[in-house]
Amino acid sequence: MAKISMTVNGKTVSGDVEPRTLLVQFIREHLGMTGTHVGCDTSQCGACNVHYNGEAVKSCTILAVQADGSDVVTIEGLAKPDGTLHPMQAAFREYHGLQCGYCTPGMVMVAVDIARRLPCADEATVREELYGNICRCTGYQGIVEAVMAGSEAMQTGVLPLKDHH
Amino acid sequence: MGQYGIGQPIRRKEDARLLTGNGRYTDDVNLDGQVYVYFLRSPYAHAKINAIDTTDALAAPGVIAIYTSADIIADGVKPIPCEANAKSLKGVPLFKPPRHALAFERVRYAGEPVAMIIAESVNAGKDASELIQIDYEELPAIADTSRLADADAPLVWDTLGSNVGLHWETQESAVSEAIFKSAHKTVELKLLNNRLVGNPMEPRCAVSEHDPKTGRTTLYAPSQGGRRVINAIAKEILNVPPQSLRMISLDTGGGFGIRSKTYPELVLMVWAARKQTRPLKWRADRGETFVSDVHGRDQSTKASAAFDKDGKLLAVRNETIVNVGAYLSENGAILAMMGGGKIMGTAYDVPVLYFSVKSCFSNTVPTDTYRGAGRPEVNFIMERLMELGAQAFGISSIEMRKRNFIREFPYKTQMGCLIDSGDFPGTLDMTLDKGDYAGFEKRKAESKARGKLRGIGIGYYVEGAGGRPVEEMRVRFEKDGKVKIFAGTFSHGQGHDTVYSQLLNEYLGVDASKVELIQGDSDTSPKGAVGTFGSRSSMMGGVAIKRASEAIVEKGKKIAGHLMQTEPSKVTFKEGVFHGGTSSVTLEVVARAAQDPSKLPEGMEGPLDESYYYERQGESQNFPNGCHLIEAEVDPDTGTVEIVKFTAIDDCGTVLNPLIVDGQVLGGIAQGIGQALVENTIFDNETGQLLTASFMDYGMPRASDFPMIGIHFNSVPSPTNDLGVKGAGEAGACGAPPALVHAALDALKEYGIRHIDMPLTPEKVWRAIQAAKSGKAA
Repeated sequence: MAKISMTVNGKTVSGDVEPRTLLVQFIREHLGMTGTHVGCDTSQCGACNVHYNGEAVKSCTILAVQADGSDVVTIEGLAKPDGTLHPMQAAFREYHGLQCGYCTPGMVMVAVDIARRLPCADEATVREELYGNICRCTGYQGIVEAVMAGSEAMQTGVLPLKDHH
Repeated sequence: MGQYGIGQPIRRKEDARLLTGNGRYTDDVNLDGQVYVYFLRSPYAHAKINAIDTTDALAAPGVIAIYTSADIIADGVKPIPCEANAKSLKGVPLFKPPRHALAFERVRYAGEPVAMIIAESVNAGKDASELIQIDYEELPAIADTSRLADADAPLVWDTLGSNVGLHWETQESAVSEAIFKSAHKTVELKLLNNRLVGNPMEPRCAVSEHDPKTGRTTLYAPSQGGRRVINAIAKEILNVPPQSLRMISLDTGGGFGIRSKTYPELVLMVWAARKQTRPLKWRADRGETFVSDVHGRDQSTKASAAFDKDGKLLAVRNETIVNVGAYLSENGAILAMMGGGKIMGTAYDVPVLYFSVKSCFSNTVPTDTYRGAGRPEVNFIMERLMELGAQAFGISSIEMRKRNFIREFPYKTQMGCLIDSGDFPGTLDMTLDKGDYAGFEKRKAESKARGKLRGIGIGYYVEGAGGRPVEEMRVRFEKDGKVKIFAGTFSHGQGHDTVYSQLLNEYLGVDASKVELIQGDSDTSPKGAVGTFGSRSSMMGGVAIKRASEAIVEKGKKIAGHLMQTEPSKVTFKEGVFHGGTSSVTLEVVARAAQDPSKLPEGMEGPLDESYYYERQGESQNFPNGCHLIEAEVDPDTGTVEIVKFTAIDDCGTVLNPLIVDGQVLGGIAQGIGQALVENTIFDNETGQLLTASFMDYGMPRASDFPMIGIHFNSVPSPTNDLGVKGAGEAGACGAPPALVHAALDALKEYGIRHIDMPLTPEKVWRAIQAAKSGKAA
């Protein structure tokens, strides 16, 4: 067993883990934070994405012991404490970027990361950037629109609304 | 009514919860003292089990129990029943082999569960599984769909004498053969409809717990709602009273038809919980999900069409082999005819149909309903025949379709489905207009300048939606002002909370924020709960909600009349308010009065609480239809097919919420494009091993596989249900595959390539180009 400590959503947490424990297992099973999902076993689907020291990382690809001393943000840490959605979360809602919701936490975490790194990414870039995240419900169209609109909202503070037929 | 009623693109009520990590899926359930289940699965596709020795495994650290088929059979656990029934023309019924929840005497597909291990941790269970000694005697296996009915094929079930579990036909083959002999032109095609894995993003998972005090067992598992699974486990498999079992489906991460089945693991989780003192948890990884969920499609077809001199269809012949896998799942053996055959002809007038299905066993994972369930297959076949017909007559794809479209409704298909409504020529024209068909040649020239071959393809589809003909919904006004809907349907991504709230807003004037959807719990769902599949929830659940609302209004009128001292027959109801003479009273007040016996008319009991068991008349499903138009660019050097333009016009009848209907159509399209472009389930033909059992091997469509898709509606409200709705969820999976294949083949026209089986991977397309160049075109 190894003692680890890290910051998750601004709070210091610690635990005793087997060395083989993955970060996602630590988050879900030790911390009981179940917003971060596991959708595969080959690091393909991206449902487990979190922000690890400010970057989107699949939390199934690192060991909890590697994350000792790190700063982690999960989906639970994105909205304001009063419940106000992060602009990217609001964009996913506005553009119907989710259906069953299982891939959604990972998608949103990656979307925020894309918006930070590539604030003016065009559609083709957003689609390429989402390669590591699989959604089975939406056909991605609402997600792509949400990433672009959410990115704009993160810069301007105003979410462009979906124009609907 | 107003901004929250029918037709408005209301943003989903579900989203805030799901977007903030507050969804609750089965894997998020952890019960005190729970122990972990691991299933040891067969490494062979076909083998005799000579002996199983669990002695060493039972002695391993942390192991609590190990069960094999001997244990469940000794305990009286019955095989999992298959309720499908069908007979051949000669009256030979479908062969239904027993399917025990754990392999008995033989394993018949790689991945079949053989032993259930219960341990203190998942890892302890996995480690112990390696100590189970099984003496397997490997037998010849068969997976290849097109060979299943061959005389020399290895047998999956010896007692059957072949692998053909059922040969079903509409009529004697000779009837249509005569027409083909005298027809002006005929076309014929052999094709494979590739096997798909549904792959909801939430892997398989279940938690179970037995309470010895009450004698009740609770099963938590994702599903598609209804009572069929838990009732089958209670009544037909474990032989216990249904009320002794409870099934709870929390948030469910996608269903697509495959999550509605009575799976062996669910049976075992319930049974074993009743043997154990601690709760059980099983959570499959993705690889296990690949072999434990039923698969979809997998048909090998020879189809032909006969035309008169004007290019009008005279007859269609369709001979299909369906690979049902090693055992019968619920509907795998009959979906080709009951799902697909019933609408065969799809958008076209087919005067004579010969439809033959051989449902064949193989040493593979069982197949069953998956998004479309038989309809994508027949739509693909009809569209390919239309395209080949156009080529044979030297007329355009558009002209060919227009000569054969059904134009008068209702139209009875050869297998007796009554297609209620539609505007097929209008929808096609609208598609050509919105998709700028006229500008295609210019775009093609522009592609050519970049070294790309551009093609355009049409996929017109008709599907039959609605599934089973009953559903029950209950609407109840609560003391705190909330309105609860107890649903027989089950939302697993479709946004029912939002849409049903819109209906209550429309019919009762209830504020959407007051509506609460209760679903997926056998203790609270209505007795007649059936579930969500077959694009049925708005049609079945929606109509039941409308009629329950009407019953609420009727009862409300009596209470309002009593409160206003007005004759109830003179009370009217509009937008949430009862009016009588010069008085009026809101539904909210009436609902509150209904909670107070002193305010009710004599003999009436509160509260406002009405259920409606909706029974559809006869066989009247509804028939979503539409036209999908795709432009694709093929890179002749690499064989890569890229979709560059996609226009979809769908007739989903009345659109309750365009945001959500768009989402359903897009989701269906994504799975259709997945089938046509990247998804394939490949078994090794010698060993029967599944070679595509991870997201590294199985092509899941990614965001970069799609352009922005233009979705529009040409709505013709269905005359056969109160809401005028038609299904939306499976439409895209029917229209997109033929449209994509036609676009790619059009792009490859210069090579004279007649057909390429899906998926159109770069390798297949490249090989087809090379074969054409060397004079061996497909």
